[in-house]
Amino acid sequence: MSQAELSPASTWLAASPYARFLGLRIELEGGKVTGVLPFAPHLIGNVVLPALHGGVVGAFLELTALAQLAELAPGAQVRTVDVTVDYLRSSRAVDSYARAEVMRLGRRVANVRAVAWQGDERRPVATLRGHFLLGPAPGKP
Amino acid sequence: MTDESPEPNLSLMARGTPQSLALGVDIGEGWGGLMRAPFRADLVGDPALGGLADGVIYTLLDQACGAAIGVAVKARAEMQGRELAMGAMATLDFRIDYVRPARAGADVTARAECLRIEGEVAFVRGAAFETDPDDPIAIVQAAFMISRPMAGA
Repeated sequence: MSQAELSPASTWLAASPYARFLGLRIELEGGKVTGVLPFAPHLIGNVVLPALHGGVVGAFLELTALAQLAELAPGAQVRTVDVTVDYLRSSRAVDSYARAEVMRLGRRVANVRAVAWQGDERRPVATLRGHFLLGPAPGKP
Repeated sequence: MTDESPEPNLSLMARGTPQSLALGVDIGEGWGGLMRAPFRADLVGDPALGGLADGVIYTLLDQACGAAIGVAVKARAEMQGRELAMGAMATLDFRIDYVRPARAGADVTARAECLRIEGEVAFVRGAAFETDPDDPIAIVQAAFMISRPMAGA
């Protein structure tokens, strides 16, 4: 993370052991987060195809959504309420990318959509739709 | 589907995917519809909360749902008196409700059941908890495609 700017999203990411376990990175451009999940053998769920584990793809989308929320609502305690992931095609053993769009940022809850792809952004591998609870930043009323 | 005898194939399914191996997922004493992710500090989501990450629970439940479908497909093949020809399995959609955060330092167990197989689609649901199934961390409903077995089935 040495080259990443100290944005709220990268600060949030750096604090998560599980994100490190996956090898998740983020790239930031104008406040927009792109999640990057470099391929690693331990992410495989189907050795025959081979394909990434569906759980890894879902977690990657959720983490990208959380990183985008961290960027938009710095310091807020964000907790996932629910996510629905649609799997459009199998995720191959290559690097993956994801972007999240916050459809609504309320005071208490946010509605977010996210898309993951590999290689060709116009051919998404999975999409997410979810709700996230926003708590006040620690130390604020 | 919660009362099956031990299944060596399912044991392979649980332990055999590189991701579930990396997570240390275990099915324990045979398949009772249960799968466990032992607590590990490097799998914590939010250090302030100290529990296993959402993503670990998601993956554990996905894996458990897949195993439950495997059991159901096998049972269906036996009932129809044909050979088990398990094709690939693909998740269509997966909805997870995170009811509450996982407790700090606790192992998480997932239970999954296959509600129905209609043609090539399997409908499953599951829940994750520490010790009490009635006090869930997360609940899941999902649909999977079971690719048509090879010719001859």
